[in-house]
Amino acid sequence: MASANTPATAAAPMLRRDLVESILARRGDALVVTGLGTTCYDVFSVGDSPLNFYNWAGMGGAAMVACGLALAQPARRVLCITGDGEMLMGLGSLATIACEKPVNLSIVVMDNEHYVETGMQGTHTGRGVDLAGIARAAGFPVATCVTGQDGFAAALEAIYGPGPVFVDLKVSPVQPPMTLPMRDGPYIRSRFRDALLGPAVAHPVMMPAPRPQ
Amino acid sequence: MAEVTSGWPDDVYAELEAAGIRQVSYVPDAGHSRLIQRCQANPAMHTVSLTTEEEGVAMGLGAWLGGDRHVLLMQSSGVGNTINMLAAPIEMRVPLLMLVTMRGEWAEFNPWQLPMGQGTRAALESVGTLVYHVDQPAEIAPTVGSAAHMAFNTGRAVAVLIGQRAIGAKNWNK
Repeated sequence: MASANTPATAAAPMLRRDLVESILARRGDALVVTGLGTTCYDVFSVGDSPLNFYNWAGMGGAAMVACGLALAQPARRVLCITGDGEMLMGLGSLATIACEKPVNLSIVVMDNEHYVETGMQGTHTGRGVDLAGIARAAGFPVATCVTGQDGFAAALEAIYGPGPVFVDLKVSPVQPPMTLPMRDGPYIRSRFRDALLGPAVAHPVMMPAPRPQ
Repeated sequence: MAEVTSGWPDDVYAELEAAGIRQVSYVPDAGHSRLIQRCQANPAMHTVSLTTEEEGVAMGLGAWLGGDRHVLLMQSSGVGNTINMLAAPIEMRVPLLMLVTMRGEWAEFNPWQLPMGQGTRAALESVGTLVYHVDQPAEIAPTVGSAAHMAFNTGRAVAVLIGQRAIGAKNWNK
């Protein structure tokens, strides 16, 4: 299933919200980092949780946010659910993550081959650029592209298997209804840290004082 | 240059250790080489080599969400690569400590280093980063300690610019 990139417009294209819902249904206590735009809305629409980080800035950074989180929380699965445009802007991070090889990190790209938010301009993935191939060449032990529903079950197993995992899911460019999550950055941060670390750690009175000089 | 012969990198390392730094990301610079070696030798610090500096900004955000303290090491030219990514930690009030070795200032030889070196402070401040600049070796470590304290206690992006005067200008004749 990793070889051919059939167009997302082939018969019975996968629907992104259904896929995100299926992925999140199995998350357990996993930590989720979204990309900007539609993946952010997808995750909020079908699976809001304090353990979701809704990304509103820094295009190209989602995979590295997830990497820092995965290194800090090695006992938790960390899922980065992002888009093809966002991933294309952070290709170097695939090389960095492939060198670190965090076993608890999975990157899932909802690849509709378009910048839907900005007016449906095509992305490179619709013109032959194979994100899973790039991840594989960088050194991801698991890197696959799924072009139809029949390959999704195996991909879902891989997403929760040993990492680092890279899964590119070719999805319909049809945009589901937008449901916007909260945008207040400190709230998203504290909600996440309270749920993960507990208030005593998330809001320490003070970190160690500066060393006496 | 750029063998660092004074003890300030070891003193900076001690400050990072005292501040509880667990993740160290970097794009290498000669001025940071000793500090990188010290961090790599500490099993309690996870050192990560980046392809570009903005990766470290995103990584530092993720580290903080996960309860780790992080520092990003880079050269001044790399600051230009971080600016858009800084929007996320700055808007979220997520602490981000950055140590920047300067080029394009004191006794610079390479004119191509000047635009970014001279613009480093302005670029960082333009998006809300707090900036310290130090030229005296003895002041580097205390400034890093102070910057870490402020970053992690007030939730700000704080950069320490380590002047080329302190590091030594690059010697092209060696």
